Amino acid sequence: MRRPLMIAAVLVVGLGACAPAGDGGSAASTTRSEGATAGAADRVADYDAGAVPGGPGKGARFGLGRAASVAQVSLMDHDIGPEGAELPAGRGTGREGAALYAVQCAACHGPKGEGIAPLFPQLIGREPAAEDFRFATDPKLPHTIGNYWPYATTVFDYIKRAMPLTAPGSLTDAQVYALTAFLLSENGVIADSMILDAASLRQVRMPYRDRFVPDDRKGTLIVK
Amino acid sequence: MTEPSQTPDAADAASAPLSRRDLLAGAAGALGGAVLAGLPLSLDGQQASPARPTVPADATKLQGAPTAAVGTRSEFVTAARTPFGETVGSSLTPLQDLTGNITPADLHFERHHAGIPALDPDRHTLTIHGLVDRPLTFTVDEIKRFPQVVRTHFVECSGNGRAAYRAPKPDMTAQKVAGLLSTSEWTGVTLATLFREAGVKAEAKWFLAEGGDACLLTRSVPIEKAWDDALIVWAQNGEPLRPAQGYPLRLLLPGWEGNISVKWVRRLELGAAPWMTRWETSKYTDPLPNGTARIFTFALDAKSIITAPSHPDRIAGRGWHPIQGLAWSGRGRITRIEVSTDGGTNWHDAEMLGPSHPKSTVRFQYMWEWKGGEAVLLSRATDDAGFVQPTRAALVAERGLGTDYHFNQIVGWKVQRDGQVLFHGET
Repeated sequence: MRRPLMIAAVLVVGLGACAPAGDGGSAASTTRSEGATAGAADRVADYDAGAVPGGPGKGARFGLGRAASVAQVSLMDHDIGPEGAELPAGRGTGREGAALYAVQCAACHGPKGEGIAPLFPQLIGREPAAEDFRFATDPKLPHTIGNYWPYATTVFDYIKRAMPLTAPGSLTDAQVYALTAFLLSENGVIADSMILDAASLRQVRMPYRDRFVPDDRKGTLIVK
Repeated sequence: MTEPSQTPDAADAASAPLSRRDLLAGAAGALGGAVLAGLPLSLDGQQASPARPTVPADATKLQGAPTAAVGTRSEFVTAARTPFGETVGSSLTPLQDLTGNITPADLHFERHHAGIPALDPDRHTLTIHGLVDRPLTFTVDEIKRFPQVVRTHFVECSGNGRAAYRAPKPDMTAQKVAGLLSTSEWTGVTLATLFREAGVKAEAKWFLAEGGDACLLTRSVPIEKAWDDALIVWAQNGEPLRPAQGYPLRLLLPGWEGNISVKWVRRLELGAAPWMTRWETSKYTDPLPNGTARIFTFALDAKSIITAPSHPDRIAGRGWHPIQGLAWSGRGRITRIEVSTDGGTNWHDAEMLGPSHPKSTVRFQYMWEWKGGEAVLLSRATDDAGFVQPTRAALVAERGLGTDYHFNQIVGWKVQRDGQVLFHGET
């Protein structure tokens, strides 16, 4: 099964990205054409850097890079997933958050969280129409935290990593809890008396979480 | 933070109209001038602008300009993006001014959510950790020591075309309609290479990619994409990435919505489940008329646009003209491009000008003899996944006018009897 050199050359440039997902392992090269230029995988998913000309061999490592220590990773890794397992210590209330919001957030997002179109989104609001989640039929309906966001942990994660605009990442964990509490209570998701901490935030369920469904578009003649 | 869709809309309002000559029409006059001047004919051609460059009447009678360290475009070329917004910003590629398949790096569209960070390539690193056997940190130089791959792919914002979908208007340009699309030849290393280096644990099903910009942009990616065709790239079109495209390193996920090809990437964390970041929940989800919203809608479906002729061209002369444009699919290779000159009643196969790479654009051409009558020019793309580009009516019926992303409806141009070309979006 020899292939013309010309085709092999094109393959190097990257044919075959339409291939199905790979096997997730290092033994991906079973379908490689014998006659193709060494290293030119038939499919992108078959590409094995270890097997390229001069390389260390199929599936072999190059030994580059240095070990990343736990301490080094912890300086960057502040992700909060939907289960909230990574939530830090600290606590805050909506009342504390209201004062912080006025100072840190209102200039862009408006005193009542109404936003400034088009650059700064509306954060607060539970418009009646949103109760039916009619965003597809009403382009004007704002996607607020209360009427759209599926996970409360996302609010904490995003404020902590990216806000406020002029000093991102400058808020303490307690301040982030307070702001999250303020935004959730103003959106009618939690009581305004609630003290938000790791344990209580994990319990918060956003109103429209179940409206989010996996991608079911089909690559066919049928438009979905 | 801005809604990506609003940015193009606002950008259109904020930007000055593109000064651009009608390649089809006024060719004769402009051509004459340029040829006399001994200059290459500019891409955007004859310009109505009063600031037309001055050149010698006969450039063969005097010495030309000296060599230069860095080249510049001819002064006759005015192709430009449409910058909008300060730190939360976007700028659209002037599709109507481009030829071939590759987007010049300085005209690649921009979309960023916390400005363009200034990163020192000697200090920037990429760390891979989480569910791996060996958490590793790479310098940029170390990344470049792995076997490199060179691949041609488009990047498209999934909000591309929202304005033309929701409210098509006759004065929309190709840049306005589809300018959040660019194509580059990328150089990098496959993500699978790096993941094998770190040793991904069997329980890892997703990874989180984090950028080094001021919003530390994060997206969750299914692990299968890493084993398929994901790349970490550092160069586009033969030179290092432009800062707006992620210098010194970016993730590139071929065929998927642009936002997930995280720029300035500094960290990849392997995990068992998606993180549900802001950019995959409150944004980049697709509301549907049945009261649900699709989440993790990564792939960009088959799509095309005619870029010449396009608004504000005016076709002055009857006779033969090339209808040209771009077609692309995030699911694979474009296999067929059809052009209609009668609003979709009859379709004709167009020619592909060059190889059709998977998850790349390909330029197409269909020769058309204009006889002076009204015409509606449309293009329709088909990919090797079997997807045929739908009409706007079909998409609106399925997804609603308010859906937020993935606008791949058929679009085109209405040619009036006087040759004026207007956007035709209601297909």
